[in-house]
Amino acid sequence: MDRDDIKLEQPLAAGDVAFPGHRRHAPPLYGVMAEFENPSDLVAAAHKVYSLGYRRINGYSPYPIEELSEAIGFTKTSLPLIVFIGGLVGALTGFFMQYWIEVIDYPINVGGKPYNSWPAFIPITFEMTVLFAAFSAVLGMLILNKLPQPYHPVFNLPNFALATRDRFFLAIEANDPKFNHAEVVDLLKSLNAVAVNDVEV
Amino acid sequence: MQDEAHKPYTEGPMHSTAPVIDPGLTFASVTDKISSIVLKRKTSLAWFFGFAISFALFQLMLLTITNLVFVGIGLWGVNVPVAWGVDILNFVWWIGIGHAGTLISAILLLLRQRWRTSINRFAEAMTLFAVAQAGMYPIFHLGRPWLMYWLFPYPNTMGIWPQFRSPLMWDVFAVSTYATVSAMFWFVGLIPDFATLRDRARSKPFQILYGMLAMGWRGSARHWHRYEMAYLLLAGLATPLVLSVHTIVSFDFAVGIIPGWHATIFPPYFVAGAIYAGFAMVLLLTIPLRRFYGLEGFITMRHMHNMGKVMLATGLIVGYGYIMEAFFGWYSGNKYERFMIWNRMHGPYSVYYWALILCNIIAPQFLWSKKIRSNLLALWIISFIVSIGMWLERFVIVVTSLHRDYLPSSWGQYQPTQWDWGMFIGTIGFFFTLLFLFIRFLPMISIFEMRTILPEAEVEE
Repeated sequence: MDRDDIKLEQPLAAGDVAFPGHRRHAPPLYGVMAEFENPSDLVAAAHKVYSLGYRRINGYSPYPIEELSEAIGFTKTSLPLIVFIGGLVGALTGFFMQYWIEVIDYPINVGGKPYNSWPAFIPITFEMTVLFAAFSAVLGMLILNKLPQPYHPVFNLPNFALATRDRFFLAIEANDPKFNHAEVVDLLKSLNAVAVNDVEV
Repeated sequence: MQDEAHKPYTEGPMHSTAPVIDPGLTFASVTDKISSIVLKRKTSLAWFFGFAISFALFQLMLLTITNLVFVGIGLWGVNVPVAWGVDILNFVWWIGIGHAGTLISAILLLLRQRWRTSINRFAEAMTLFAVAQAGMYPIFHLGRPWLMYWLFPYPNTMGIWPQFRSPLMWDVFAVSTYATVSAMFWFVGLIPDFATLRDRARSKPFQILYGMLAMGWRGSARHWHRYEMAYLLLAGLATPLVLSVHTIVSFDFAVGIIPGWHATIFPPYFVAGAIYAGFAMVLLLTIPLRRFYGLEGFITMRHMHNMGKVMLATGLIVGYGYIMEAFFGWYSGNKYERFMIWNRMHGPYSVYYWALILCNIIAPQFLWSKKIRSNLLALWIISFIVSIGMWLERFVIVVTSLHRDYLPSSWGQYQPTQWDWGMFIGTIGFFFTLLFLFIRFLPMISIFEMRTILPEAEVEE
């Protein structure tokens, strides 16, 4: 059933929020999104929101802003560890693949050199290290970021297309323990935001 | 609002000349200007013209390959003693060109050279397309290219394995790893720009296409944080990788005991030569491109100066390599080594040697002059000469070393055939075909990285 077909006849009850299309029930809320015109306002707002104890928050920007991820309290990632392990696995795979083939499974005497002529195995060991580490970096980044992700609620905000151009966004998500709709809207409005909107799931 | 401390990228201490980016640009104008080349601008007649020529030459490559597969590599001029001819030298030439892209995108990133930002995407594309050309030569040189998968270690019913003590096997791993990592680095760099194009595209098919490629990128701060980490780590991995690739390519020669190949200077001298040739190609391509697409605000004179300087520096290293080769030949006291140098300078291929000295050592000396570095036509001509010079260098290394080895009874002459030229010109066509498609369908300048070097990107706390 299309929820948009239900038109609200009576005025909104107290505590209800007016949603586009005047639906009877508020659709599930993803969060509240504030829009900013420049990175400094966004970072300042993120600092403020974080210091008030909100933790399920996220910033959106057209380019990486180091200060922003610091402001929302996101400074650690396990990616370097993943890449290190990937590189290590690559090195071991590269070397022992050659060792097993040249020493155990298919030994060939080349000019009286030892079967385990390890210096000759170094170039391929190195290449395999880099290959595995690079795959770990790319796939690790995508998996940790949960990409590809075709749908995400933030795209419901019409202006969000500008997040890849020249606008900056800060979201306080509805599942934050401190989330109170009216308080959050007031808070974001007080932070130099050019617009504050609800984001539906 | 903008005090002096906030202008580090527009006016470095050493350069009072040109800024890295036109100071009048904003987030919006950078985004719109670069994305409009892909999305809005009408495809120009010149693009169709250039693409048609490239595509026609690409057909020449397909024709050559078809004929080659039917007849065999006798079609090329190669035979004992010169079993490696223009095909292998073209492999080295193409892969060398590719190296500048990785240098610009990875090494200059680690060195915090912010000017790299406006040319890295284009240079990486150049890398990828050049490596694609390079890869074809050794595969078709195999003679039976349909069995090329035998090069990879896979369990097979024949019960045999590749020989890992051979530099040719190292080459297989180096080049395939290089191609894979370059492609990944390029794609990761493109993800945020795909999102930009997805949000700017007007037509449904392009929205879907770029939307799928963007994989749902939304510019979240958490994503950016991991993204930047991944990008930095990839740069750190690509840096030793690019050095290893040309080192291993040089091992193809240096591990052999042919006079003129068996030299310890080969790895650094090959790497420097690769960067030299690569920067020449970047200049060769960006000078017309920035003019044609009006990108002077993004790729400024500062870039031209810097690339000219890198070319000069690597050219001097290459020159040092030539001098050392001659010195080693003389100082070794070995008559075969001495003969090799004498033969290069006075033998049947001496014209190539002296042309090489002219192109690679004399021509770049003009780059000492700031006036010449500022003259785009002169810079373009020097880049063209250097590209030819680097081709001649590989000719001298491959052919003159092989045609006179230890036994005079096995001496011979080598002449490339029309099919050698067909393949070379054909791969140039294929390279430009890919390049034309790239500049039409993908943003040739990294949009999100350009935003980071704008003055308004500075966060004031």
